[in-house]
Amino acid sequence: MSEAGIIAAVLWLALTAYAVLAGADFGGGVWDLFASGPRAREQRQAVATAMGPVWEANHVWLIFMITGLFTAFPSAFGVLSLDLYVPFTIALVGIVLRGAAFAFRAHGREAVGGASTWGVAFGTASIIAPFFLATGIGAVAVGLTSSSWAAPYSFLIGCFAVSMCAYLAATYLMVETEATPLESDFRQKAAIAGVVAGVLAVICLGLAPLAAPNLAHALLGRGLPLALLALINGLVALAAVSRSRPRIARVAVAGQVVLVLWAWAVGQWPSLIPPTVTIDAAAAPSSTLDALLVVIGVGMLALIPSLAILFRVFKARNPAAID
Amino acid sequence: MDNLTLARATMGTSLGFHIVFAVLGVGLPLLMLVAEGLWLRTKDEVWLDLARRWAKAFGILFAVGAVSGTALSFELGLLWPRFMAFSGAIFGLPFSAEGFAFFIEAIFLGLYLYGWNRLSPVAHWLSAIPVAVSGALSSVFVVMANAWMNTPTGFRLASDGHLVDVDPLAAALNPSTPTEDPHMLVSAYVVTGFLVAAVYAAGLLRRRDDLLHRRGLTLGMAMAASAIVLSGITGDTSARFIYQAQPAKFAALEGIYTTTRCAPVSVGGIPVDSQHHVVGAIEIPCLLSLLAAFDPNAEVRGLETFPPDDRPNAVLVHLSYDSMVGFGLTLGLLAALFWALFIYARRIPLRRPLLWALVAAGPASVIAMESGWFVTEFGRQPWIVYGILRTSEAATTAPALGLTFVIFFAIYIGLAITTARLLLLQARRNRTAA
Ligand code: HDD
Ligand code: HEM
Ligand code: HEM
Repeated sequence: MSEAGIIAAVLWLALTAYAVLAGADFGGGVWDLFASGPRAREQRQAVATAMGPVWEANHVWLIFMITGLFTAFPSAFGVLSLDLYVPFTIALVGIVLRGAAFAFRAHGREAVGGASTWGVAFGTASIIAPFFLATGIGAVAVGLTSSSWAAPYSFLIGCFAVSMCAYLAATYLMVETEATPLESDFRQKAAIAGVVAGVLAVICLGLAPLAAPNLAHALLGRGLPLALLALINGLVALAAVSRSRPRIARVAVAGQVVLVLWAWAVGQWPSLIPPTVTIDAAAAPSSTLDALLVVIGVGMLALIPSLAILFRVFKARNPAAID
Repeated sequence: MDNLTLARATMGTSLGFHIVFAVLGVGLPLLMLVAEGLWLRTKDEVWLDLARRWAKAFGILFAVGAVSGTALSFELGLLWPRFMAFSGAIFGLPFSAEGFAFFIEAIFLGLYLYGWNRLSPVAHWLSAIPVAVSGALSSVFVVMANAWMNTPTGFRLASDGHLVDVDPLAAALNPSTPTEDPHMLVSAYVVTGFLVAAVYAAGLLRRRDDLLHRRGLTLGMAMAASAIVLSGITGDTSARFIYQAQPAKFAALEGIYTTTRCAPVSVGGIPVDSQHHVVGAIEIPCLLSLLAAFDPNAEVRGLETFPPDDRPNAVLVHLSYDSMVGFGLTLGLLAALFWALFIYARRIPLRRPLLWALVAAGPASVIAMESGWFVTEFGRQPWIVYGILRTSEAATTAPALGLTFVIFFAIYIGLAITTARLLLLQARRNRTAA
């Protein structure tokens, strides 16, 4: 693999981390909005407790992605920024409002739990942000132009992304609330989200050859083994949810996100923006790539132990039961 | 309005907003570290109370800083796609390093804010160290990128316009970095110090005279006073450096139109292009030459020696510069007075006029800092990368920029108001809890 290829893979890993971690935070917002039943208040509190200490760190994966992209692939970054101006600007509004609303509500007048303006803002923005970020991905799958983000297929990808976020969050929250009455609430939500995500995935796959030739080419080509694995894993995840196996469900759903993203990446390798822009052609000069690899290496040495401490302290036991 | 104006307005507003939270992100963790450390040593609960209050406030401030910073990293590409396509490979490195600093800051802040009951007191205190260090590092890294825009080095342009010999390390350590970076860093402590002092001075004015307020004020003023001295020294170095490296910006600082020896400093006044003169200013002869080169007869290059298309807006730059230096000197005097009275009377000075002045010093320090950025950014115009790429060539061609500007402007106003209200609410809660 070329040096540019290694960096592209690292950036895709960062995107994967963002999707799995921040995706669950966005999904938390969805379930805050759709908190229901007699325990709606406790559901919202569980979301807030689980997200509080980690969402800001989870969010940095996106920043890392962006800065890495413009350092290593500046011309591709320029093209993406121009063509995806509209969806990314909307996503940005969502990201800003999501974070601010979450923090404002946590420090606001009323205790988290009841329906509140900031709560609604938090939930709505948690849908807008992943939806429009994903239409950007959809735009690349369809074939990047300045309007392809608005293609129906891109919107389908947007819906799929939101449903995956909700699915992720619900299974995480099943684990966080294990052995409390909330667990069955979140199991029910996970089942709904899982079925919706599954249906959307099948539709996306079915339409891909017609609407998104780039994606179809990737998934039916080199990405096929991973795509097949994703199909099997998707069934495992649904089964784990319906049988109340929170820990298995959480791993399987996170794994689903990983498999889908990597099936696509492996499939379209070595294209960066198919069909024309390749990873090597868009790469910065090798002096930049060398330096970036060093920065990433040194940074990871500091980052990984820090992350380990964070998740150890806050995710070791059931936080909803502690606070 | 055209895309260029709108893109500038959006970028400038976003940066001007973010920087207020960013400087607190640099300065407050250091204050929390000191206060909690004093508690560990003395077991005096007042220190712990201070650290806890600052931590709570920081919880809100950091979130707003993080989301506004995210807006910025997108906007760099969304508003200036050609700038980023050109520069990314050269100056992207400090941004990537900054990304790791954010990670560390966010992670340990999560531990600090949510870990009061889960970590031992010493471990909790230790977790503030990476927050303070990486806050300072974020500032250092991102200003390296800005410094590169002022004095771009670390690459060559081939005759076909292609980049060759890219050296990102040399770009990060460009000639402006040694002057701009320290000045920004100490200014962050200046602003944090004065803002914190202003909060407690306001409390003392309302006759909430207790140990907590006195110590909050003292600690804030300790930070403000030591940093403002360094701010003056580093600012002076910055000015001398741009005398050599960015002559158009330097000429605009004092509205020097005609190349002269014995150039004056103009206090106040408005540079009028048609008269080639700063109208209504108090002129101090030869001072600029003296400050720039330690020689009253040193030559200062005038704005008229630059083609009209290459001149920054002298009115904006001069007024911003006067505002920064004017507020800076006043704040310095105020800090000196505070500590002189403190040392003379051996107790904290609580005269009401002084407290009122300290309340005003908080916002004044923010204005000084914002003005400084106006000097840097307006003074670089019309270049986005000095001497290499024009701002007009870098702006996006995307539609509906006006709408983006209006939306973001509205969001920032909403965020500012809500943040202020929540901080006040928090202060009230602290009081009722105490
Ligand atoms: C509290 C804030 C504060 C105070 C008191 C001062 N400054 Fe400042 N100044 C800034 C905050 C600032 C800043 C943080 O806003 C800038 C913008 C870019 C930078 O690195 O620092 C700046 C930039 C800046 C520049 C432009 C640098 C460039 O474009 O490369 C000059 C020449 C000075 N300053 C000079 C001074 C002098 C002579 C001061 C003496 C009193 C002074 N500053 C006080
Ligand atoms: C260190 C980080 C910073 C970077 C990398 C940066 C970068 C930029 C860029 C790319 C532009 C647009 C191009 C241009 O007008 O030349 C810009 C403009 C601007 N920035 Fe900065 N900036 C930084 C800090 C700040 C801060 C903290 C402020 C605070 C007030 C600020 C104020 C402005 C303003 C007012 C403009 C518009 C300039 C004009 O219209 O002439 N900048 N900056
Ligand atoms: C002089 C200018 C700047 C300084 C001193 C500065 C410093 C900081 C600091 C200390 C933080 C931590 C958050 C906080 O405490 O509020 C922060 C956050 C952030 N800044 Fe800035 N910044 C500057 C300009 C910029 C610019 C130009 C960009 C964009 C390119 C940027 C991007 C970000 C991002 C993305 C975050 C969020 C990190 C997170 O999620 O934790 N900053 N900045």
